[in-house]
Amino acid sequence: MTGAADLPAWAALLTALLVLLGAGLALVGSIGLLRLEDFYQRVHAPTLGATLGAGSILIGSMVFFSVLQSRPVLHEILVGVFLTVTTPVTLILLVKATHHRDLDAEQPATKTEAGDDRPAG
Amino acid sequence: MTRWFPFPLLSFALFGAWLLLNESLSPGHVILATILAVGGALALTALEPPGLRLRRPRAIAELAALVLVDIVRSNIAVGRIILGPRRREEISGFLVVPLDMRAPYGLATLATILTATPGTLWVRFDPESGLLTLHILDLIDETAWIAIIKGRYERRLMEIFE
Repeated sequence: MTGAADLPAWAALLTALLVLLGAGLALVGSIGLLRLEDFYQRVHAPTLGATLGAGSILIGSMVFFSVLQSRPVLHEILVGVFLTVTTPVTLILLVKATHHRDLDAEQPATKTEAGDDRPAG
Repeated sequence: MTRWFPFPLLSFALFGAWLLLNESLSPGHVILATILAVGGALALTALEPPGLRLRRPRAIAELAALVLVDIVRSNIAVGRIILGPRRREEISGFLVVPLDMRAPYGLATLATILTATPGTLWVRFDPESGLLTLHILDLIDETAWIAIIKGRYERRLMEIFE
């Protein structure tokens, strides 16, 4: 955090809020991974951190570095693009694999009991 | 030119992304970026991607704004479900939506949108019957979900890609 002390108060506050919001969403997503009941439900949870969570951390980072004018804020845009393009690939692959296995094991749609306790990937 | 740059836009994007990531315009990085730009485009040629034509820039902007709003909204909704009390009744489940869209890039975009939105998950799509299977975390009203997917997303995607 080079030069963090030079940051005006409003920018520091805004950055802190955005980063905390992002971290909070990632935390809620992780709690969801723990609390939700079967695999399909749990896959929904981490997308909180990957979308709005990552977004607000990136915006926080943009505010920080634009106010300090230490570098152009293009990295954040790239991170956002890469995240958006890659996350669905992983999630869809995981879900497809599970669905395939469940179809083999018959009646996947009705299997939403709490006893369906498999690791969430 | 077309031999080395069959996909000029992709080559340009790769070139630009490499230099941006490294924050450098030194000759070494320019050479690496060029190799990446040419190599990436050649690799894509091997995959023989179907041609892409985009229409209606207004529909693109409209869709992007809608998706942004929906992502924020569903983040809040899913966050509530996670932090709320354990649900007694099981309300998440699979939903089958008949799609009219066949454009490959449109389907890919729909998959990205649905997966990136917390609460909806792309499970599988059968190109022959056009049936899309989704998993919905909060499946209270099936017809409402179908209306959202068909009316809100598919219609606009078809305007853009077909």
